[in-house]
Amino acid sequence: MENSNSNGTTTLQLVLAWGFVGIPLVWGVFQTLLNALKLFQ
Amino acid sequence: MDTGSGGGGWFSRSRTVAKPGFSRWMVPPAALCVHLCIGQAYAFSVFNLPMTKLIGISESAPDDWKLTELGWIFSIAIFFLGVSSAVFGRWVEEGGPRKAMFTAACCWAGGFLISAFGVSIHNLWVIYLGYGVLGGIALGIGYISPVSTLIKWFPDRPGMATGMAIMGFGGGAFIASPLSVWLMGKFGSDTHVGVMETFVVLAIVYFIFMVVGSIIVRVPPADWKPEGYVAPRENKLISKNDVYVYDALKTPQFWLIWVVLCVNTTAGIGVLGQASAMSQEMFPGHITPIAAAGLVGLMSLFNMGGRFAWASTSDYIGRRNTYFVFMVLGFVLYCLVPLTGAAGSVAGFVLCFLVIISMYGGGFSTVPAYLRDMFGTRYVGAIHGLLLTAWSAAGIFGPVLVNYIRQYNVAHDVPKAQAYNTTMYIMAGLFVIGFICNFLVKAVDARFHMKADRTALDAAGEAARA
Repeated sequence: MENSNSNGTTTLQLVLAWGFVGIPLVWGVFQTLLNALKLFQ
Repeated sequence: MDTGSGGGGWFSRSRTVAKPGFSRWMVPPAALCVHLCIGQAYAFSVFNLPMTKLIGISESAPDDWKLTELGWIFSIAIFFLGVSSAVFGRWVEEGGPRKAMFTAACCWAGGFLISAFGVSIHNLWVIYLGYGVLGGIALGIGYISPVSTLIKWFPDRPGMATGMAIMGFGGGAFIASPLSVWLMGKFGSDTHVGVMETFVVLAIVYFIFMVVGSIIVRVPPADWKPEGYVAPRENKLISKNDVYVYDALKTPQFWLIWVVLCVNTTAGIGVLGQASAMSQEMFPGHITPIAAAGLVGLMSLFNMGGRFAWASTSDYIGRRNTYFVFMVLGFVLYCLVPLTGAAGSVAGFVLCFLVIISMYGGGFSTVPAYLRDMFGTRYVGAIHGLLLTAWSAAGIFGPVLVNYIRQYNVAHDVPKAQAYNTTMYIMAGLFVIGFICNFLVKAVDARFHMKADRTALDAAGEAARA
């Protein structure tokens, strides 16, 4: 249960958990960034 | 499945205690599952215009709802956010994050489904009840549910940990806004706007996301510390003692931090809602409506980024110092805004607002760790819930300050480009008040610390609940 994930949590679980929230967030940020670029056009 | 507080059901605290080998880095995504969903609230305005055309479809019919009526949906939700986080804070803290997150998921999805029903029968009161009341309760419970869990998992970096979750609340709108527009496009037709179906889909998607979060989340065993953790050096402003939730209300520290948060939020919320109109009026001909929309998008990004960046910074410079930076920098920047308008400096104006809005987000994300420093970890979630009433108050003060003073100035023949100057100076003045309050924050008096007998009683109660 320390910072390492050798016993319980696997790297795959970490990747899946972060991907589950990270992918939609990155997509949303990208969409917003496209919108924000209009400020400089 | 036992949903009660007693017994050993799936929701009980004992079932959420992490087993050896569990990585604490699983907890931030669990928190984000909830915060990214409830952050949709910031994007609710994308439904406003379509909901004024539910009958007329291409344009509003006489029986269609008005924008002013629809505006109440968001206001009711934010009001119930403050109320529910204050009322249910202790329950959230004692019941554990899984039960709270699952409850939030049910309320959030339920709010959308009830609202979909309200759209189908064209009854606005049903939507007030669905999204406004039930959704607002979900916002309050969901917002505070992972806070104390994250603080307990990351005693070495509490600011960064809570900053990650609360960043999700700011980022939720980024996903919700384009997703909602896309869904309405898919379900809409020449005879149908598609709002009802969009609400139903969002209810299902958000429910799944939030339940996944409640499945992943774990609390650390009692007295767990991360590997290699070294307790911070003796610091009067970082308490090692806990304060009972309702005793915190009796301390001056709670109310001083309440004012500081209220000031910071008032200043940010006031410009966040009016940035588009304000920028166009201050720089006529230079900032077009399209560019103004871009500015609002950029501000949203800084709002989100500031939540993570400032809260993480507070782990190094301290919570009180972080708020000193907010107050001093906020004062300087608000004084500079009218000057950028007079000088015609669009870049200066944009820069000022981006920094201000990053501090607005940073204020939200840094405050849980500030409360932890003052009142300990035991009831930090519940105390945080009570503090969020400052947000509700700022939700009224901010827009009122910006809108009414502008209106007054315009009515008294002040040019539109200068109509916001008074507001900017008032905001700067608010930061002076915030600075003084922050300066007065000292260590909590020992008489408010939880006594050994109460702590033991508390531990026994927790064991019984588990």
